[in-house]
Amino acid sequence: MRLSDKNVGDVVRFRFDGVGYNGRVGDTVASALLANGVHLMGRSFKYHRPRGVLTAGSEEPNALITVGRGAHAEPNVRATVQEVYDGLEVFSQSAWPSLKFDAMAVNDLAAPFLVAGFYYKTFMWPKAFWEKVYEPVIRRAAGLGALSGKHNPDTYDKAFAFCDLLVVGSGPAGLMAATVAAEAGLDVILCDEDARMGGRLLAEVEDVDGLPAAEWAAAQIEKLAAMPNVRLMTRTTVTGAYDGGVFGALERVTHHVPRSAAPIECFWRITARRAVLCAGALERPIAFENNDRPGVMMAGAVRAYVNRWGVAAGQSVVVFGNNDDAHRTARDLHGAGVTVAALIDSRADAEVGDVPYPVHRGAHVVGTKGRMALREVMVRKGAAEFSVRADCLAMSGGWNPTVHLTCHMNGRPQWREDIAAFVPTPNAVPTLEAVGACNGAFSTAACLAEGMAAAERVVEALGAKVPEVALPEAEDAPYNILPLWAVAGKGRAWLDFQNDVSVKDVKQAAVENFRSVEHMKRYTTQGMATDQGKNSNVGALAVLADATGRGIPETGVTTFRPPYSPVAIAALGAGAQGKGFAPERLTTSHKQSVEVGAPMIEAGLWYRPSYFPRSGESTWRQSCDREVGYVRRSVGVCDVSTLGKIDIQGPDAGKLLDFVYTGMFSTLKEGRVRYGLMLREDGTVMDDGTCARMGAEHYVMTTTTAAAGDVMRHLEFVCQMLHPEWDVAFTSVTEQWAQFAVAGPKSRELLNGVLETALNNDDWPFMACGEVSVLGVAGRLFRISFSGEHAYEVAVPARYGAALFAELVRRAEAMEGGAYGMEALNVLRIEKGHITHSEIHGRVTAFDVGMERMISPKKDCVGKVLAAREGLVDPMRERMVGLRPVGAVKSLSAGAHVFEARAAHVHANDQGYVTSVCFSPAVGTMIGLGFVKNGPARMGERMVVRDHVRDLTVEVEICSPVFVDPEGVRVRG
Amino acid sequence: MRIPCPLCGPRDRREFYYKGAALDCPDPEAGAQAWDDYVHLRENPAGVTRDLWQHEAGCGAWIVVTRNTVSHEVLGAVLAREAVL
Repeated sequence: MRLSDKNVGDVVRFRFDGVGYNGRVGDTVASALLANGVHLMGRSFKYHRPRGVLTAGSEEPNALITVGRGAHAEPNVRATVQEVYDGLEVFSQSAWPSLKFDAMAVNDLAAPFLVAGFYYKTFMWPKAFWEKVYEPVIRRAAGLGALSGKHNPDTYDKAFAFCDLLVVGSGPAGLMAATVAAEAGLDVILCDEDARMGGRLLAEVEDVDGLPAAEWAAAQIEKLAAMPNVRLMTRTTVTGAYDGGVFGALERVTHHVPRSAAPIECFWRITARRAVLCAGALERPIAFENNDRPGVMMAGAVRAYVNRWGVAAGQSVVVFGNNDDAHRTARDLHGAGVTVAALIDSRADAEVGDVPYPVHRGAHVVGTKGRMALREVMVRKGAAEFSVRADCLAMSGGWNPTVHLTCHMNGRPQWREDIAAFVPTPNAVPTLEAVGACNGAFSTAACLAEGMAAAERVVEALGAKVPEVALPEAEDAPYNILPLWAVAGKGRAWLDFQNDVSVKDVKQAAVENFRSVEHMKRYTTQGMATDQGKNSNVGALAVLADATGRGIPETGVTTFRPPYSPVAIAALGAGAQGKGFAPERLTTSHKQSVEVGAPMIEAGLWYRPSYFPRSGESTWRQSCDREVGYVRRSVGVCDVSTLGKIDIQGPDAGKLLDFVYTGMFSTLKEGRVRYGLMLREDGTVMDDGTCARMGAEHYVMTTTTAAAGDVMRHLEFVCQMLHPEWDVAFTSVTEQWAQFAVAGPKSRELLNGVLETALNNDDWPFMACGEVSVLGVAGRLFRISFSGEHAYEVAVPARYGAALFAELVRRAEAMEGGAYGMEALNVLRIEKGHITHSEIHGRVTAFDVGMERMISPKKDCVGKVLAAREGLVDPMRERMVGLRPVGAVKSLSAGAHVFEARAAHVHANDQGYVTSVCFSPAVGTMIGLGFVKNGPARMGERMVVRDHVRDLTVEVEICSPVFVDPEGVRVRG
Repeated sequence: MRIPCPLCGPRDRREFYYKGAALDCPDPEAGAQAWDDYVHLRENPAGVTRDLWQHEAGCGAWIVVTRNTVSHEVLGAVLAREAVL
């Protein structure tokens, strides 16, 4: 029932389970439903018991709703967090067919059997039933809201922020801390998960500095908002504290307005030199029989609804507590005109004063009645029992400081006997200080003072001048409490409302020797729901402590881990869906390849054409074979710009290359190229490529596409770490040069049409390089070959890449050649036995690929010492060979293993494996490259290749890996 | 986690590439044991450790970072070219 609309805005219409209601701007779904007299908001997870809203904050365990419908539907939103707006549509969860009549509530009748550990004990046999029968049934029955199963169309964002001081929470402590730091000129970020700042000041009837608390808060916030060095972030939950002063924070950007193009959430990474935690405290329930009926709520929440939203959670309210704070709820309800049916304080000596409603000291609530809504509250005082009619029960078991963030870096909270609560251990997060209620200081005056003092310490530590800020006057009532965790009784008294864990379940766990709090948690599932035990942890461990005869501090708490409240994976991964997953690198010929219908494949971040289909070709193989034919018989053109290019200059460039390559490069003549092999420090092959000497102190290195980044990093390592004395500089020029392979017997003829100076075999022999003029553009030419044919690679500045590619392809086509893609490139290199990272996959040595003689004996190089280890030069190692099918089956597959002809195809008989295969037009069958034990000594041996995955057995002959032109005549032609 | 790049100042960990323990590379003649130690054997200290990172998404500098594996505190960083190992 709405008592007052003083603090809320205009009327809006929203729907809950299809029924229209009025709400007010500023309402949450929970406050608006309560204003409409709706208490029943959900069903519990396990027993499907009817549940109403328990709290007024993000810790809410019961009132979980689904917001929106279809692909936009967002399940498990807390009704206490979701703000209402015109047209909002929300739905209850965990109930079928309806919230009022839930068929699964039959579970509640079976409750005597569904005790802690029920699933572990019951669904053990027969074993096969678990996956097929039990699990699907349990999964259907349990669970919270359902995902739509559709692609999430909402957008999320991520952002980074930096500040001197991060203040978490905008209650009295947070506002004072922010004000002092801001006045000192520090960069301040003040975050609050609520839509409105002010924290508990919005929910209390008290004065600060002579003003009503909420008005004082509003004035402070207005002042802060006007300061350029302050950023106020509402609807922003600081979810985690991480190393180095980094905090995660989730901003709910547009959940409170109708869907728009704007992101609905933004995940912030805030780096703060210092942080002050002013997260407040959470009230804890008391366990008694049937303490979960709709209408049973936290006393502080009932007070917040009446003071902040002007909503009475009931017409006749019983207040039950073990501490003085509960009295304020009775006082404020009465002040607002709500009937306080009784104030029940478990403490016999509680001081209540002269109040105009019934007070029962030393009494306990022992039960409730009313299935869909609370009707009656049963009270026991000494030997006497009586009942009180009420539609709302406001309970308070005391307050737990919100210590979570202080535990995110392995800190453990400490027990404080006087307030019967855990408080943060100082310095648990090095740059963070907890103050105010989250530090166990519960009066407003203490919060203000602690917030101010903490900020002053930060200001001093950061070298600024402490400003003159007056400490406001406020209430400083003592917080008296006598612990009461569970009222003795026979029935089910709930601890964890969200996971339906009762006092009996925790005691059962203890009986079965799950005495550690971590074991109890997992056995009973207490604290494992979406509220992560914010309402139940301390109560449950107190019951466990009692059941095991230990103290609470000795029993300890479970570990609080980030996030403080649930964060959607979509928010954490914002921007990384679809195209955002990884950057795309495109070559200068990309557009042309796509235009002619070439399927593009990923090579690292690059996209390269697989093949260039022609009309009449129905399979990729036809295209591929045609393109291979261009290179073997005429001329083919291929964009090879994706290979890493590193420009190396300086007097010591030769020394660097001699050290990173196995071969000698300092003696390479200017105008010549050499093939190079790089090793890792452990002696295995890292990468291969060519290196061209363009001048006395100038080399251009190429790397494989895949390892370009690794090689660059390796060169930096060598030059900075191992040989800082060398005078050499290098930079990646991969993006700056477009480079095209022009390969085949007619390659020179083609190039002579575009080069200013014609090529001949004397000036431009195999492995020559130099500067050239390409149609008037200064470029570079390298006579190198990956295909084994007479071939060149021509490079021009990237801005000319597209034009040159088009021209080269046009000329090639006129010579019965054309463009070729990755598939043809692969066939050409397999036919020649040239290695790629399929072969140099991180476990092979130079010896394994037959290149041991490339390790120069005249000098040291990276990996040389360890490459010489006995085990790495053992002839029995798996070494590279060619494989040719010789039986009826002509198919080969990469990944298959090699066995001796009559051996069983089991691991113990494994002789090697296949790394690359292709159909070779030159050979006429499929061919392969692979590694076979002592392979080079087994030429001509018949073996068997077995692919267990594809169920393929092929008889092969071990042969030289060079299938085409083994003498290397063509390349020099 | 933040790493204080000696050239760029404190930066997010994600800008850096991690290599491993910062060790002095042995002489080619140092013998099998020394090389085995260098390439394969690692201390796993609960406490202060020094490791190599590269500011790959920044200035490219290889740096030696001193940090505590227990508290996760980053105690400092120097350029690898100037580090005494």
